[in-house]
Amino acid sequence: MDFFLSRYRHLTVLLIVITAQLLLIAYQVKTNKDIPLIRVWAVTAVTPVEQGLELVRRYTWGFVEDYFVLLNVRGQNEKLRRENGQLKIDNNYLRSELSTADRARALSVFEARSPSKTVAARVIGNGTGANSKVVFVDRGSTSGVESGMAVVTPDGIVGKVVDAYPTASLVMLITDPTFAAGVVSQKNRVHGTLKGQGHAECLVDYVQNEEHVDIGEWFYTSGDDRIFPKGFPVGQVTAAPNGKSFKEIYVSPSGMQGGVEEVLIVLQGVHQEVPGGEISSPAYTILAAPTEATAQTPEGAPQPGALATDADRLRAIYKDVGVEQKHTYGEGVPGSKPPDFTKIPSIHGVPAPNTAGQAQPAGQTKPGQSQAGQAPVGLSQPGQNQPAPAKTVAPKTATPVVTKPKPPAAGDDTDDEPVAGSTPVPRKPAPPAAVRPNVPAPVPDNNQ
Amino acid sequence: MTEYTERLLTETPRKDAADRFRLVWLVVIPLVAVLSQVYVPRFVPFLAYLELPLLITVHFALTSGGPIPALFYGMSIGLVQDSLSHQPIGMYGIVKTLVGYFAASVSMRFDVQNPVVTFILAFFFYFFHQFFYWVLSRALLGEALGFDAQQTVIFGLLNAAVALPLFRLLDKLKVAS
Repeated sequence: MDFFLSRYRHLTVLLIVITAQLLLIAYQVKTNKDIPLIRVWAVTAVTPVEQGLELVRRYTWGFVEDYFVLLNVRGQNEKLRRENGQLKIDNNYLRSELSTADRARALSVFEARSPSKTVAARVIGNGTGANSKVVFVDRGSTSGVESGMAVVTPDGIVGKVVDAYPTASLVMLITDPTFAAGVVSQKNRVHGTLKGQGHAECLVDYVQNEEHVDIGEWFYTSGDDRIFPKGFPVGQVTAAPNGKSFKEIYVSPSGMQGGVEEVLIVLQGVHQEVPGGEISSPAYTILAAPTEATAQTPEGAPQPGALATDADRLRAIYKDVGVEQKHTYGEGVPGSKPPDFTKIPSIHGVPAPNTAGQAQPAGQTKPGQSQAGQAPVGLSQPGQNQPAPAKTVAPKTATPVVTKPKPPAAGDDTDDEPVAGSTPVPRKPAPPAAVRPNVPAPVPDNNQ
Repeated sequence: MTEYTERLLTETPRKDAADRFRLVWLVVIPLVAVLSQVYVPRFVPFLAYLELPLLITVHFALTSGGPIPALFYGMSIGLVQDSLSHQPIGMYGIVKTLVGYFAASVSMRFDVQNPVVTFILAFFFYFFHQFFYWVLSRALLGEALGFDAQQTVIFGLLNAAVALPLFRLLDKLKVAS
């Protein structure tokens, strides 16, 4: 044994040391415990030096590093500033694009909901002339645009087409000094003529000093000019002092707030009610001028004094139908066959109702599209200012009734712009409104 | 056998007492080596491959003149490394004990002042260290570690390259002391 130890002394020590460490590892693994003493010693010996090194590093190399970092910061600052500027430009561009998209959507919604037939257009340039306020839009005669058509936005009227070219049109803005349009105030129903002034505000002329117009009151198109359909917003009154003979009412156009970029050209306008009026407008209860057809009363027809109203004329028509078809009104049991009203003779100056596109059958007319006091039986809406007796049919004679089956105007979004009384607007210098009654609603015999 | 190879095998390595380190260097140098291993890679990550405690162990073993001091020296350095690791204490201790022992045994046979021999020994003991540590980890701790021989060879060459100037520097310290 001694020989072995002396002969292999180194190897023996190695084996002992290795075995001891193996046992140490085995103990730690088996008991899952650590040898804290050795670790504490090692860590206690190493960490202060490490802390000292870190302290030295921080105040030497760290200082130098910070210096170079600060040098880089200047460059980075410049770079970030440039990037920031670029991002601002991008942001403004995207905001502009978003705003354009919003306007286009609003225009689209308005176009879809407006009873008037419109076509969207984009302003592509200004006209020449120092004082003229005209712009070019990208719709022309190939899109159905003609001179004299109204140009609007969902916020209000913008102008009118003064020249229509194949691919573009020239639009006179309402701020042009030569522009004029008929307007009516919302609250007091004061009629006047809107005139451009060459600057941002417009003047409502020909309003007597005795008339009352409030500051902030809205003006709407009156439809008198036969260009703008009635009921489109024009703007708010900013000042209304008395003048020499007429009030000087200044209006801030609502359709041109924030510039004009996308517009709608009204190809076929439909009148709408001016919303929220406190006094009903007497101007639109006046019947249109009689046409030649109504003026030349056929022989045998009741005298104009006797047939003063549409109801009287319609009653005469029904009476003639009954005579022709040998039908006595008021007789027969419920469910018996009524007279055939599709065979109404063209008498009393009234054309046959089956003329295409001239009328709608009863019950299909859009509610609220007949003017006040003119709706046939069964079509009157609650709240309209005419009573609707169940047994009478009141044909409409005041204006043409080529009603367009479209949803209400965009102005109805706020529920303050009912479309009752919508009528199409003849664009061109107005031919007298044809006296063309609505299709009379057949009245059951048992109701007579 | 040529004269050169004969001298490599028979010439007595450095065994002069004057060449030996002072005790303070024996403590400070491995401490610096361990510190550098735990501190430097924080800022220079690619230096993590550098196994300075191993190189210090090899150098001490080659110059110590006997296996027993070398194995204890290796064991001490290994245990300090273990203390600063999350592994059970003794893993690096065993490996470096073996490295110290075998390096000291080899130094009896070769001229360890020759750079080529130094390079080869440094490379060999690095590979041996890594491989044996991997074996112990699998055998004693059951850890399914992988052994990337190619990477180990490359790192071994790099450590061997570092060992040449490091050993020269340590030799100068030894002479100065």
